[in-house]
Amino acid sequence: MLGLGVDRLQADINRLLASLFHQGVLDEHFLQLQQLQDETSPNFVYDVINIYFDESEKLLRNLRLLLMDREFSDYKKIGLHLNQLVGSSSSIGARRVRNVCVAFRSASELSNRPGCLRGLEVVEHEYHYLKNMMHELFQLEQQRLLAAGVRYPI
Amino acid sequence: MTREELPNLAESKLTALVVDDNFVNQSIHQKLLSRLGIQNDVVCNGKEAVDAHCSGRNYDLILMDMDMPIMNGTQATKRLREMGIESKIAGVTTRANEGEKKEFMEAGLNDFQEKPLTISKLLSILHKLDFYVQT
Repeated sequence: MLGLGVDRLQADINRLLASLFHQGVLDEHFLQLQQLQDETSPNFVYDVINIYFDESEKLLRNLRLLLMDREFSDYKKIGLHLNQLVGSSSSIGARRVRNVCVAFRSASELSNRPGCLRGLEVVEHEYHYLKNMMHELFQLEQQRLLAAGVRYPI
Repeated sequence: MTREELPNLAESKLTALVVDDNFVNQSIHQKLLSRLGIQNDVVCNGKEAVDAHCSGRNYDLILMDMDMPIMNGTQATKRLREMGIESKIAGVTTRANEGEKKEFMEAGLNDFQEKPLTISKLLSILHKLDFYVQT
């Protein structure tokens, strides 16, 4: 019976991942992240994704502060922050976040403030969706590990 | 490529330096190198890479990001070559137009790869720079 719990959870994990790949939220670079996880770093995916969350939230906060300033004109700084976001999003396979960051960057290269504000909203929306999905994935993984750990001796 | 098919270069005792200001990329690049048995260190910008070499450290391979604060990859590569550092330097960057790439290469790179870095791109760098070892 307990084995069925593990199987059900694994099926839920597979279904969630398949959906995220199908929606274009994740791409093959997320698979590489999973492939890099091994016995020497069993929490590699979790650790890297959390670094990504920490860094991204700092960058998004800075972008919002810059754009909310009425006298803002430093589009180069916006570009630098976005380069960071594009880079780290690409590396973890966060395809949709990466793509909307690229669109936002195009607006900043044209010094288009309304375009940048719209771009920021879209990036924030996509980022939060990704974060929620990753939290759901990690919760399922944790439940699966707990279920797998509860075994009756044969 | 399965884990079993990855060549292990531990026998060759290669060393590498990751030069990147992005913590996500630092983690991934270090893990990629470790997976191939390559001992590695990490620094956050070109100046720290130069300082590491000034303090006597030396590496077989340097993975150099292009856009970094304080000293970028192009400046750091130029400086390292001026210092006589003969390590193989592979430039890695998210985006570079042809002009930026040319300038980066001319600073003294041995190879260039676009990010995200993958196992196969890293193996390509190692193979091109004659570090690849058949198991």
